[in-house]
Amino acid sequence: MFSDIISLELKKFKKIKRDLNRVSVSYEEINEKSLLKNLNSKLELERLALKSKEITDSFFGKTVLLYAPLYISNYCVNGCSYCGFSATNRIERDKLEDKEIEKEMIALKEKGFDTILILTGEDRIRSGVGYILKAIKIARKYFSEILIETYPLEQDEYKKLIDNGLCGVTLYQETYDKNLYLKLHKFGPKKNFEYRLNAIERAVKAGIKEVNIGPLLGLNKNFDFDVYMTLMHAKHIQNNYPEVEVSLSYPRMRSSVSKIKTYPVTDIDFVKIICLSRLFLERVGINISTRENAYIRDNLIGIGITKMSAESKTTVGGYFQNSSDLKQFEIEDSRSLNEIIKIIEKKGYRPEFTNWVKI
Amino acid sequence: MQKHFEIAGKKLKSRLFIGTGKLPTYKIIPQMLSRSKAEVLTVAVRRINPDSKVENILDYIPKNAVIMVNTSGARNAKEAVRIAEIGAEITKTDWIKIEIEADTRYLAPDNEETVKATKELSRKGFKIFPYITPDLITAKKLQDAGAVSVMPLGSFIGTNKGITAKTLIEPIIKEIKIPVIIDAGIGRPSHAAQAMEMGADAVLVNTAIAISKDPVKMSEAMSKAVESGRMAYEIGILKEEDYAKPSSPLTDFLNN
Repeated sequence: MFSDIISLELKKFKKIKRDLNRVSVSYEEINEKSLLKNLNSKLELERLALKSKEITDSFFGKTVLLYAPLYISNYCVNGCSYCGFSATNRIERDKLEDKEIEKEMIALKEKGFDTILILTGEDRIRSGVGYILKAIKIARKYFSEILIETYPLEQDEYKKLIDNGLCGVTLYQETYDKNLYLKLHKFGPKKNFEYRLNAIERAVKAGIKEVNIGPLLGLNKNFDFDVYMTLMHAKHIQNNYPEVEVSLSYPRMRSSVSKIKTYPVTDIDFVKIICLSRLFLERVGINISTRENAYIRDNLIGIGITKMSAESKTTVGGYFQNSSDLKQFEIEDSRSLNEIIKIIEKKGYRPEFTNWVKI
Repeated sequence: MQKHFEIAGKKLKSRLFIGTGKLPTYKIIPQMLSRSKAEVLTVAVRRINPDSKVENILDYIPKNAVIMVNTSGARNAKEAVRIAEIGAEITKTDWIKIEIEADTRYLAPDNEETVKATKELSRKGFKIFPYITPDLITAKKLQDAGAVSVMPLGSFIGTNKGITAKTLIEPIIKEIKIPVIIDAGIGRPSHAAQAMEMGADAVLVNTAIAISKDPVKMSEAMSKAVESGRMAYEIGILKEEDYAKPSSPLTDFLNN
């Protein structure tokens, strides 16, 4: 499990960082040392982007996979100081009933989506595993690829969901800095750093096909640490479970919507992070969500990203019936799927909708 | 040059098979086929969406093209069999390329699982084209299991490195009776020509065509290379020599 080696990775990080001025910047083969050097250096971005594009095109082709997120419940018992759904926020809570889930899914299917990401907050009573299982069973009627982003589960729970059609698990560690993690997550089951950290491997051991991990950029003053550890985590999964498809996401927090002090990552650093992730782990999938604005998203097509969400709503439901304004975070790119398709095609890429076999 | 070659009971003129995986748009598929004269297209079952509201690759494939579905994404024989059967049903083809990759970093084929899946699907009457890491013994087992062809990789998928596994593929071409199709790694027309010169029956190209600046023209370039390579193979390729051989031999007069 990654929790067993994270302290070693931590030591390695500190050692590399201490000797960083003895390492040189690299645009070719990237190892742990040059990765960290590059993250902390001013780079020739054009050169980096060209290299990243070349590798991405060769492994993933001229395609971008499109998927849609669906929030089915925002009940949450955790106290994450940066989140709109945090238990301390006095917001209206809502969860979708079976029929509503089905209507939302039909609406997404009608738009053209074939990959769905089902999201819930953490609440084992109001959005228990049985509830998630029901949503997966409904999704199976319409979508060929079903992914979840929920709270961490036990291995046998993942197994049950996989047996019923689950293809992938998304789970962000938020930060790999345990002290900061404990500070940001005030109460609730999420306070257990290791339990969350190892959830991805429990899903893998249960037989999951794809995993998606990442930090929440902006929480940690030193973004290089969280990016480095995310990549070590991804590498650990790839090396130990080579049959699993690993993807990364780098959601960025915006200071304007956060109640806590954040450390926004600049666009330049963001592009650097995406391209260096590509150079370091050539075959890894890289996601970009609608947290990012249209300008950034459009310009990153072809430079390393392989998956995009579109037309996202971060309210509970919202595709079939209008829902309240309770958002987990602000959507920056609210363009229609058709507009996104046109942009991708204009860039010389093909929007891909289908990523697995509807079994 | 031979007019036709026979594979899985079909007579084909073109020895170039084209993959659809990484194409920037499916709209160019008909043009690609007419320019390159290729007759066989591979399609990943994991990319076919028959009830799509946006786009279905099958709508772009001309009726006279032969569809070979592949099981890309399968991690073991059981998954491959299931995917193959679904793909065969959707596309009404019985040409199935077994692709089992349990390592997402190298996309290295799992030969052992591939033999298992081939046995099962051949028994059910499908025409099986197994994609393998070049290994003579595996190729023999596949032949015995009822495969209609074997598809050894030239290099790993998408690497454009050419036929770096040459010395492992040569004995397969020499010893195996069913057609040998070199798949993966072909990055340039010269690699495709080399495959033909080696005596492979066909090549499958995807990445090198799909992500080139002009996939339609590149498919034609590959096709020409395949034709030249094959023509030369049928004439007989000359041996490489260690010392110079004058074009007018010195002892020619003794033949008079």
